[in-house]
Amino acid sequence: MGKRKQKWQKEVLEPALKRFPERQPSFELTSGMGIEPLYTQEDLEGINPEIAVGYPGEYPFGRGIQPTMYRGRLWTMRQYSGYASAEESNRRYRYLLAQGQTGLSVAFDLPTQIGYDSDNPLSRGEVGKVGVPIDTLHDMEVLFKDIPLDKVSTSMTINSTAPILLAMYIVLAQKQEIALNKLDGTIQNDILKEYVARGTYIYPPAPSMRLTTDIFEYCGKNLPRWNTISISGYHIREAGSTAVQEVAFTLANGIAYVRAALERGLNVDDFAGRLSFFFDAQNNLLEEVAKFRAARILWAEIMKKTFKAKDARSCMLRFHTQTAGVSLTAQQPYNNIVRVAVQALAAVLGGTQSLHTNSYDEAYATPSEEAVTTALRTQQVIGYESGAADSVDPLGGAYMVEALTQEIKTAAQKYIDKIDKMGGAIKAIEKGYPQREIQESSYRYQKEVEAEKRIIVGVNKFVAPYESIKNILRVDPAAEKEQIAALKKVKQQRNAKEVAAALENLIKVARSKENTMPAFIRCVEAYTTVGEICDALRGVFGIQKESLVF
Amino acid sequence: MSKDNIRVLIAKPGLDGHDRGAKVVARALRDAGMEVIYTGIRQTPEMIVQAALQEDVDVVGLSCLSGAHLELFADVMKGLKGKKMTDVVVVAGGILPEDDIAALKKIGIKATFGPGTKTSDIVKVISKLATD
Repeated sequence: MGKRKQKWQKEVLEPALKRFPERQPSFELTSGMGIEPLYTQEDLEGINPEIAVGYPGEYPFGRGIQPTMYRGRLWTMRQYSGYASAEESNRRYRYLLAQGQTGLSVAFDLPTQIGYDSDNPLSRGEVGKVGVPIDTLHDMEVLFKDIPLDKVSTSMTINSTAPILLAMYIVLAQKQEIALNKLDGTIQNDILKEYVARGTYIYPPAPSMRLTTDIFEYCGKNLPRWNTISISGYHIREAGSTAVQEVAFTLANGIAYVRAALERGLNVDDFAGRLSFFFDAQNNLLEEVAKFRAARILWAEIMKKTFKAKDARSCMLRFHTQTAGVSLTAQQPYNNIVRVAVQALAAVLGGTQSLHTNSYDEAYATPSEEAVTTALRTQQVIGYESGAADSVDPLGGAYMVEALTQEIKTAAQKYIDKIDKMGGAIKAIEKGYPQREIQESSYRYQKEVEAEKRIIVGVNKFVAPYESIKNILRVDPAAEKEQIAALKKVKQQRNAKEVAAALENLIKVARSKENTMPAFIRCVEAYTTVGEICDALRGVFGIQKESLVF
Repeated sequence: MSKDNIRVLIAKPGLDGHDRGAKVVARALRDAGMEVIYTGIRQTPEMIVQAALQEDVDVVGLSCLSGAHLELFADVMKGLKGKKMTDVVVVAGGILPEDDIAALKKIGIKATFGPGTKTSDIVKVISKLATD
């Protein structure tokens, strides 16, 4: 320790501590690392931030991927939404766009995500609940009615059925006479985190990875502006991981996708620039800011050093952020507005490219229009009033932020190395390694909350009577019946021979090594249902059973 | 007096993959000395009833965060009744809007646990219900 700091510690800090001890025995990040009482220049010893973090728009992009960041354009304000029916969701999208939202984000219901039609008995109760039900192209036509696809960017949270929904979007664009190279958007298409944390897988890992890679290849040739994957740490974190584990497991999955694409024979610089990421923003403001910065630096290094990427774009970790659903409380629900604001600020200070802010009523239900408007306004206040968006990486150089950036990076790198030694992310997932790590963290967190080592305002401290939210969104139970009726009608009107031929062709292609995207497109053009397509592929690929880690 | 070896089935009906809560609760019950069987995700009501029967459990804990609880929990209750397993205590957790709780109680669900519930409280309630 330097003399100046030593002097301060001895002459100022220690006497003060004798009179006023610290309010808790230790201070820790959610990732478990200790927090120093004071960060100084000394904590950055051996690190030259100009090199280790770089300048905005320059490798390794620690300070941001663009030279101007939000001085050029604010992040895309993108509220994840969809419920009840395509018609109702279309109304919500047009409302959000009218309120100043700048991108769409489609939430699909669980049957659509897992490849069951609305009339499948397994879909009972789930139709239109957590998102919009899409059975055929017809529903997509209704969903995007009066929304020109060349004027919006659309993100779709869809994974095992991603090629089908992407195919529908492509066919829809063709019907709107929009050139495919004008389409702007993202499909999540990240199957690995489904096995780890989110649970909407259908097929086993190998054929799933093949479908993912088919999308990379197809979009590389036909949809140059499309983000072919959103490699997601969000669900890993929400399932209970720490910030360090979120970075590590996400980037380890990212490495697996890059390897799969290289094995296909793709050139790294032809696809890596279209990979995007998705992270969580939780309450610990500075840990989260440091996490985003660390993730950017790590990914840039991985792409350059391990995969020999030459194009700077291949090394840029571009990411979407969502505030933390798990942090929302049913108790004193309006406190959630403040939590969301802190989390959103972390995302902005961390340099996110797009942001979803959660609504205060989400511990009760999917958000009401009133609640989602407040959430969107939160982003607008940060963007237009707080000043946080007016300089690039404004926390850069802050001793604590720079020190945490390096600490998180080092700790995440250790996990990534360990996963590499296990044979990569797919092998590690098959062994249940990340699943187990996440469960341990989530259980430890719960214990800490119950022991009041971690405080949640309104839940384990400052508990007070509260009024629960009455005006919640309820999906009309009739929505399920109406969707089933609509599906029946589409089935009656379509050409059954075309459907059968398209499915037969898909099965043939799936058994070959050909790219499956054109076969998916042919299926959706014929109004083949999501369930029919997935059933055909279940027959070819088999189904994945849950590997229970408990 | 608490009963020894309370057997609990923690189950995830429907298509919902949010299993963090179910797993935390399962583990907390196990740490409290109960015998816990966890079904995993994506169980049909029939599968849950079958598992409850085979494992001869005293308690079934249902978890659902997707909003499909009214339909799915009712199907489980019907299934249990069909197998004459009306002595099995059923409790539930997840994103359960307040307005629905009366409806869930009406179909025979003995207790519901919303977001923010302490696992120690869940242990207490289940121990009591299982021994009453």
